Amino acid sequence: MNRQPGGPAAGRQQIVVSGVGGQGVLFVTRLLADAAIRRGESVLTSETHGMAQRGGVVVSHLKAGVFASPLVRAGQADGLFVLKEENLSIHRGFVKSGGWILVNSVRVGEADGDETLHAIDADGLAHEVGNIQAANLILLGFALTRLGTPDQGGMLFCSVDDIRAALHQRMGERESVLWSSIAALDLGIFHGKR
Amino acid sequence: MSARVLMLGNEAIARGLVECGCSVAASYPGTPASEILSAAVQWRKACGVPMHIQWAVNEKVAMEIAYTASLTGLRSAVSMKQVGLNVASDPLMSAAYTGVVGGFLVISADDPGPHSSQTEQDSRLMAMMAKVPVLDPASPAHARDLVEIGYELSETFGIPVMLRPTTRVCHACQDILPGEVRQLGRKADFRKTPARWAATPAFRFELHRELAGKLRAIAAWPRTAPLRLNPHAASRRAVVASGVVSAHAVDVLLEAGLWDSVPIYQVVQPYPLHSGFIAHILEAYEEILVLEETAPVIEMQILDRQRVRGRMTGAVPEAGELLPEIVDRLIAEFAGLPVKAEQAEAKGGGRRPTLCAGCPHRSSFYAIKKAAPRGIYPSDIGCYTLGLNLGGVDTVLCMGAAVSQAAGFYQAYHLAGEEIDIVATIGDSTFYHAGVPPLIDAVVQGARFVLVILDNSTTAMTGYQTTPALGIGAAGEPTGIVDMETLVRGCGVGFCKVGIPSRLPEFVGLLKEAVAYSHAHGPAVVIAREPCVMDRRLASRLKTGRKARVNEECDGCRHCTEQFECPALVYDDGGNRVFVDTLMCTGCGVCLHVCPRGAIVEEDQGVVGKS
Repeated sequence: MNRQPGGPAAGRQQIVVSGVGGQGVLFVTRLLADAAIRRGESVLTSETHGMAQRGGVVVSHLKAGVFASPLVRAGQADGLFVLKEENLSIHRGFVKSGGWILVNSVRVGEADGDETLHAIDADGLAHEVGNIQAANLILLGFALTRLGTPDQGGMLFCSVDDIRAALHQRMGERESVLWSSIAALDLGIFHGKR
Repeated sequence: MSARVLMLGNEAIARGLVECGCSVAASYPGTPASEILSAAVQWRKACGVPMHIQWAVNEKVAMEIAYTASLTGLRSAVSMKQVGLNVASDPLMSAAYTGVVGGFLVISADDPGPHSSQTEQDSRLMAMMAKVPVLDPASPAHARDLVEIGYELSETFGIPVMLRPTTRVCHACQDILPGEVRQLGRKADFRKTPARWAATPAFRFELHRELAGKLRAIAAWPRTAPLRLNPHAASRRAVVASGVVSAHAVDVLLEAGLWDSVPIYQVVQPYPLHSGFIAHILEAYEEILVLEETAPVIEMQILDRQRVRGRMTGAVPEAGELLPEIVDRLIAEFAGLPVKAEQAEAKGGGRRPTLCAGCPHRSSFYAIKKAAPRGIYPSDIGCYTLGLNLGGVDTVLCMGAAVSQAAGFYQAYHLAGEEIDIVATIGDSTFYHAGVPPLIDAVVQGARFVLVILDNSTTAMTGYQTTPALGIGAAGEPTGIVDMETLVRGCGVGFCKVGIPSRLPEFVGLLKEAVAYSHAHGPAVVIAREPCVMDRRLASRLKTGRKARVNEECDGCRHCTEQFECPALVYDDGGNRVFVDTLMCTGCGVCLHVCPRGAIVEEDQGVVGKS
């Protein structure tokens, strides 16, 4: 197994992505999984399909590095993406002490314990640029810069370039969708740097 | 760059089928199995191999088609969810006796939890009942490998083989290196052997004895024997696990520092459990903890009741998914470690699923409640089960039961001399699957009810698969068509009319007409025909352009949010009134008819950007 040298985020990492049906929770999870493969990691994810996708709570798990089980246990996640703010109270229990939480919200909430909370109004930004489906990628772009990438010794196992490459791989044949996706990612990156 | 690709468990299973030279694959969609067949279509195209791949009208038909291909020497497979296996159980029980020629895989995906099913039933028990071997994959990559081993097993012993993934395998993704695609070059070659393929009861007895012999040999077949995962660990206590639970157990043992001290065995073939393995663990261990989903299939085959701990002894919860948190606790108890204080389990609660904004089913349920406000509403399996949020669904049993339950309600009340309004709902795909025989029965028995066929021209819940009315196959190829109205009339129904549910007042009128007809004559069918809002292929047929807003007449009575429950109508606690979420609103215009005070009005044309 190839191991990337780097900060604490290199190697094994467990992430939970939470939202409701239709928000692109699975898409974000698969991009992160593609990114893990690009970095030479093994990866396992677990997705929600079926009736919950009709607007109900959707949660997916991602484990990069060597694991056997696709599920993240409560209190074990390095980080949590929350695409629907109302899910924060349901899923924050996944995050371990010292982990990070990224919320799609107009305000930064209170941390329960010693997690780090970051917030971005991804819905508002998505609405502003006229692409309401883009909130997931705006949040992801924001996370990539706010958390920092492995080369900088950051908290996330993959880099902006990994995600860009994953987007190209998934959407290479649909150019207009690809470019609006890249634009959404860049918008999040821009806000993450501010 | 690495050539490993991310595959969903169901895609990995489909990849295995294509790599192993499967020639015929059939299925009926159902979560968590649906993506197996659609992925097979993709791999067939990508690899350029000849295969017949089809959605069948139901699981029984799918199994019979795939099984018969095996009789001609081809490799074949049928896939379904666990309750679909109930529908296909008749051919399965018989095929176990008659056996196979080409390898035949029955892929039945279980849903411990359950997450998206009526039951938590364990297909491995069905394999045991049928007397066929069953393989229990722990991950997408393992599932792909077990397709190959399953075909080898099936052809070595001439027996159908079940592959039983669970939701956490089907809907997990893993990095997998695609393998070589083998072309077997086989051609259909059916050898007539009536004593086998058309066996009468006298021959069946012989076939049963032959089957028992096959199972004894399979219980000693080395390729599917249990795996000792940590051979260096020595203890008088061992964990025996299968499927994804064995994967949870591996991570738990590693993280709890027990990997070097608690032996763990992964059972690959839960039935028939290897006889040598049973002898070995009873010889080597004083206590054995069995972790499996969802029934005690392995546990019941380990015959020493004094040493086994599991679902039957109460050591493991008797229902439900064995989530890693539970496995963690069970292993800690078993190993004599202090059990951590109950962790806040991160699950449950939150927003419940609902019919989508603009969904035509919402209009249908609202209209049914208007037309027959004191009626009984049997319903069926699909997105429209969510009509229960609106009070438009009173019963949900199994595929097709809406029609027979409507008849059952009629007969029960009729005995007491009562004539009640009964309005049943069933989806288009479900009607073709299992709704036709009970409709014939209702005509014969003169049962008096209205059946509303919610015809959105797709199998929406499971991912927009086609229906027999569309003339489109699994790969988009043209197929024959079975016209719904002709079929309904062919069943002998005298009243069959088509309506558009989003034209609400008109549709309520049609339903009232149908209710009146049913009381006078017998079953009446109303076809509620309007496309699914989520199916992009049908987008051009959707009604849009009538975006709503709520004016100052709204007094916060919540009639619209509770009786109509469109996600675009949002109650604002602070203002004690409802507003329209313009991002969600599709402009279907149905809610314009819903407010008792007339407070939901059409947005000014100038404001609506597009129609």
